[in-house]
Amino acid sequence: MVENRPFITFLTHLILIIGVLTVVFPVYLAFIASTHGPTDFMSGIVPLTPGDHMAANYGYLLNSGESTAGAPPFLMMLVNSLIMAILIAVGKISISIISAFAIVYFRFPLRVLAFWVIFMTLMLPVEVRILPTYKVVADLGMLNSYSGLVIPVIASATATFLFRQFFLTVPEEMMEAARVDGAGPLKFFRDILLPLSRTNIAALFIIMFIYGWNQYLWPMLITTEPHYYTVVMGIKRLASVLDGDTQWNLVMAGVILAGLPPVLVIIFMQRLFVKGLVETEK
Amino acid sequence: MQTKRTVFQSRVLPYFLLAPQLIITLIFFVWPAAQAIRQSFLRQDPFGLKETFVWFANYTRLLDDPDYLNALGATFVFSVGVTVLSMSLSLMFAVCVNRVLRSGRFYTTLLVWPYAVAPAAAGLLWWFMFNPSIGIIPYLLTFVGYEWNHRLHTGDAMVLIIIAAAWKQISYNFLFFVAGLQSVPQSLTEAAAIDGAGPFKRFWTVVFPLLSPTTFFLAVINITYAMFDTFGIVDATTSGGPSQSTNILVYKVYADGFIGLNLGPSAAQSVILMLIVVVLTVVQFRWIERKVQY
Repeated sequence: MVENRPFITFLTHLILIIGVLTVVFPVYLAFIASTHGPTDFMSGIVPLTPGDHMAANYGYLLNSGESTAGAPPFLMMLVNSLIMAILIAVGKISISIISAFAIVYFRFPLRVLAFWVIFMTLMLPVEVRILPTYKVVADLGMLNSYSGLVIPVIASATATFLFRQFFLTVPEEMMEAARVDGAGPLKFFRDILLPLSRTNIAALFIIMFIYGWNQYLWPMLITTEPHYYTVVMGIKRLASVLDGDTQWNLVMAGVILAGLPPVLVIIFMQRLFVKGLVETEK
Repeated sequence: MQTKRTVFQSRVLPYFLLAPQLIITLIFFVWPAAQAIRQSFLRQDPFGLKETFVWFANYTRLLDDPDYLNALGATFVFSVGVTVLSMSLSLMFAVCVNRVLRSGRFYTTLLVWPYAVAPAAAGLLWWFMFNPSIGIIPYLLTFVGYEWNHRLHTGDAMVLIIIAAAWKQISYNFLFFVAGLQSVPQSLTEAAAIDGAGPFKRFWTVVFPLLSPTTFFLAVINITYAMFDTFGIVDATTSGGPSQSTNILVYKVYADGFIGLNLGPSAAQSVILMLIVVVLTVVQFRWIERKVQY
């Protein structure tokens, strides 16, 4: 700070507090709503203090779900989301780190072409090629399976670029020394590059985990069996019963359940999260 | 393209290492995209038995279709709205956090977590806040004499999805603005202060111009986000309504292709969207090359 101006400092805190309240308020309200009984909203406006149905609402959602809305138990959907998010994060990181290794540490014909093919994935988000991609997955018999949920989305240009960028900063001497000591490429990769990339892998894991957890359109298209539903698409099903009959207390409990795991990841691993977010955009 | 000075000698290993990534890319990205391009030049008869090559007929029909033009307009309003709202709020928060170094980390934690909330969940949160019969905001708005109803008023529905999308994106912009602000040399603001410039003047004449690379980069990222990552928000709340007012391009391509099963026109929409992503990606990467110049 250049000079001391108490009024401006006061204003700064005021803006930040208002900002934080605005950002937090929708979730606070959702939590409050999720603790009320089904009839508490009839009187009109949503109450601002917690009700006494919290255990009942969450217990009901987790264990039995809402069968009229076609939403299976949330516990099952949470497990599905967790499996999908972890598989997507691990898959993206593994295939990207080895392709970055190939691109940086080898010289071979078609290397530049391979790089551009990977680059193209950036320009083809699922949303713009939904129908033909769906058809490919259907033809391969991957509808309603974890492989169908995961494999089509694990190609990752951003992760490949991040590792490529990082490998380029690893000193040349490392590899030369390893070679003098008689290490082959795979041994060098396992014993030197992987340990060096640990922080990058962790940071990327957080970003990709959140990306995987929040998948929406893709799971919605390729799962028709409730057994494979994920939680983010589950809350939409919960909300889309006839508008007049929406049970907001349950919907909001569902939103809280779906949002809690990734939000906790960010709050407890903030440093790694910020690193991952800023680095993947370089 | 860069490699190491010395490289490993192996004829087959690099291909094996690249294989998983390339195979997935070719099967699930490149092939479907090629199919979309091919399909966009074809027209199927109603029974799906015969396909005829129709050149650009699908495109011209699309560009004559008032619904599509409406979707283009809605996407434009939506993207600009999300970008401006979310970036201006984040810049304000970032400037504030940058001033209060000691408690900055505390505020940062409280501001960044919406990044983790799924778009569909964010949409539902605001859908609930704005619910005409039980929501808190319509209740407050009645005091200023405005009757909120996003199921009937097209403008209200657009405002609702803009707010939900911007809310989710604040954390992202905020982190990049904080990083940008921290790289502005302290000596410049001090020099300006010695010359008698007050805090606001310093910000607009010294700090803000130096932030322009970050601002430009974020503008591109935000437009990309608003155009492609907000499907969940629209689908969970307005579903494109009322009367198509929030039918943004990504939602329309899904609705026409999956629900309407209009293969040719839907493929043409896909191809137009791809072109938009290509342009945005190129702009974004051009910016990265020039990033070091101030």
